[in-house]
Amino acid sequence: MAEFLTIQTLNSLVYSMLLFLLALGLSLTFGLLRVVNLAHGAFFLLGAYVGLSTWRYTHSFVAAALVAPAITVVIGALLEKLWLMRFYLRAELDQVILTFGFALVFADIMKMLWGKDIHGAPAPPAFSDAVQVGNFAFPSYRLVLIGVGVTLFTATWLAIERTRIGALIRASVADRVMVAGLGFNVHFLFTAIFAFGTGLAGVAGWLAAPITGIYPGLDFEVLITTLIVVVVGGLGNITGAFWASLLIGASETYGKALLPEFASFVIFGVMAAVLLFRSWGRDEEEVE
Amino acid sequence: MKPPVHPLAKRPQARSQWTVWLPLTVVIITLLLAPSLGMSSFVQSLIIEILTFSILALSLDILLGYTGLVSFGHAAFFAVSGYATAILASRWTPELLVTVPISIACAAALALPLGWLSIRLSGFYFLMITFAFAQMIYTAAFRWKWLGGSDGIIVPTPQLLGHPVLQSREAFYYTALGVFGIACVLLYGVIRSQFGRTLLGIRENTRRMRALGYNVRRYKLGAFVIAATFGGVAGILNAQFNLFVAPDSAHWSLSALVLVMVLIGGSGYPLGPIIGAFIVISLQHWLSSYTEYWGLVLGILFIVLITGAREGIAGITAALWGARRMS
Repeated sequence: MAEFLTIQTLNSLVYSMLLFLLALGLSLTFGLLRVVNLAHGAFFLLGAYVGLSTWRYTHSFVAAALVAPAITVVIGALLEKLWLMRFYLRAELDQVILTFGFALVFADIMKMLWGKDIHGAPAPPAFSDAVQVGNFAFPSYRLVLIGVGVTLFTATWLAIERTRIGALIRASVADRVMVAGLGFNVHFLFTAIFAFGTGLAGVAGWLAAPITGIYPGLDFEVLITTLIVVVVGGLGNITGAFWASLLIGASETYGKALLPEFASFVIFGVMAAVLLFRSWGRDEEEVE
Repeated sequence: MKPPVHPLAKRPQARSQWTVWLPLTVVIITLLLAPSLGMSSFVQSLIIEILTFSILALSLDILLGYTGLVSFGHAAFFAVSGYATAILASRWTPELLVTVPISIACAAALALPLGWLSIRLSGFYFLMITFAFAQMIYTAAFRWKWLGGSDGIIVPTPQLLGHPVLQSREAFYYTALGVFGIACVLLYGVIRSQFGRTLLGIRENTRRMRALGYNVRRYKLGAFVIAATFGGVAGILNAQFNLFVAPDSAHWSLSALVLVMVLIGGSGYPLGPIIGAFIVISLQHWLSSYTEYWGLVLGILFIVLITGAREGIAGITAALWGARRMS
């Protein structure tokens, strides 16, 4: 029993940290740009595919982990500059529909480029062994991922709360018109944050690949879970996204272990419950 | 720049009424006569499908176009009434007088609690909670053996007063036309009523309507239940026509498909969803050899529409019409 709990808890932490990598970008993007980027899952999958191709060429996990975000950063920046920028004054839901369109288009383009097969990806050689947990062997690569997630959360939190750029971001979240009026280049900040988010998604795609595999349809699976995390954490709330990642990661992992029939029931139920709890006793426009 | 005037904001003039009614009458008469003039059975089933999805799109438009709530889970009600029909017909009786009312009641009865909860949210959160509920229904249909699991359920041939009916394609074609006609009349009745006008007010400015003393939530819930009820009607037509229901009918990709129908045709325009359903279903059949990349087509449609033609085809037509009448 203790072993079951340890293993499942470790698994849920790994899953939570991967979710957090995705949710962080999505939540930051929403906080600043007020855009829910439904193409976020596509950037995750693109990162995984680009990483895979790079790995096949160089046989270096690290090189793949660098090229994957580089490509998704560039494509994210282009998407923001060429398309999304014109939509900032439009209704929130127009942007949702636009990015959903891009998600569908990206999904099919990736299907054309990389085929429909399920690809596996290797763990980096330095961490391909396993750590003994009781009678179970737990892959050490997964423990590394937990470390990556926690480090990233701390770094982002510090960057946003303690640095000048972070102050600028917080100010823009509060009142972007005023920040622009003070002479700061808010548009550059928007592009940078959007590209940062897609870059994170890209690197998450490659880091997750040894665990999840790479296949068409993964983008929407990931998108849905990430959206749930972001909604549960509160759109634009980074600390909220961190705790929500833990909550949803644990619900899904334990749900799958204990109620395999209804795992996705559990996380959708959690989201509905949180949304309703937050909206109770308020007017519907005031829910944050 | 002149603010856009919503087509329902002013009463249509006599002349424009003619220009709408005349082509419409021609289309209706053509549709009624077509089978006896040698319309192929393939085209008939295509039209049945278009009519079914037109009802579904029209019902979604009550929420999307007239109340300003974007539901991403409308397929749930389509699926629930389809499943109700399948279960009643296969385990109790295929009698239409029993299955149809109970199935519609199932969709409406489910919409009551789900709507009551969902309308506490708006905007993106409303989209997410309707999506969550629909996804839960999809999971239930997919996982529960009692609901047929991933295999779905086969629907026995329907009966009316103990006699098997709707056996031929042509009989179903006329039934679908009739159901579609009734649904249209009822839905347009809703849109043009006091109730429908209040919904428009809520879409334009919820706070003001609340300040004016309207019980906004009650109106939104009403719109939600009406939309679900007619979504249920479409679900019954679909189940009876295919004689089969599958969990896919509750999947989010169907909700997205209906959403794109409404957007292509033009949300908030009376004919918009019908035009949209016509285009999407035709495209689907025309591109059926490339269904692998159907998502690409759909995605490009989404992007082009939202970038260039937010009001859809009906909106473009109305704008062109207005321009010509002005000059």
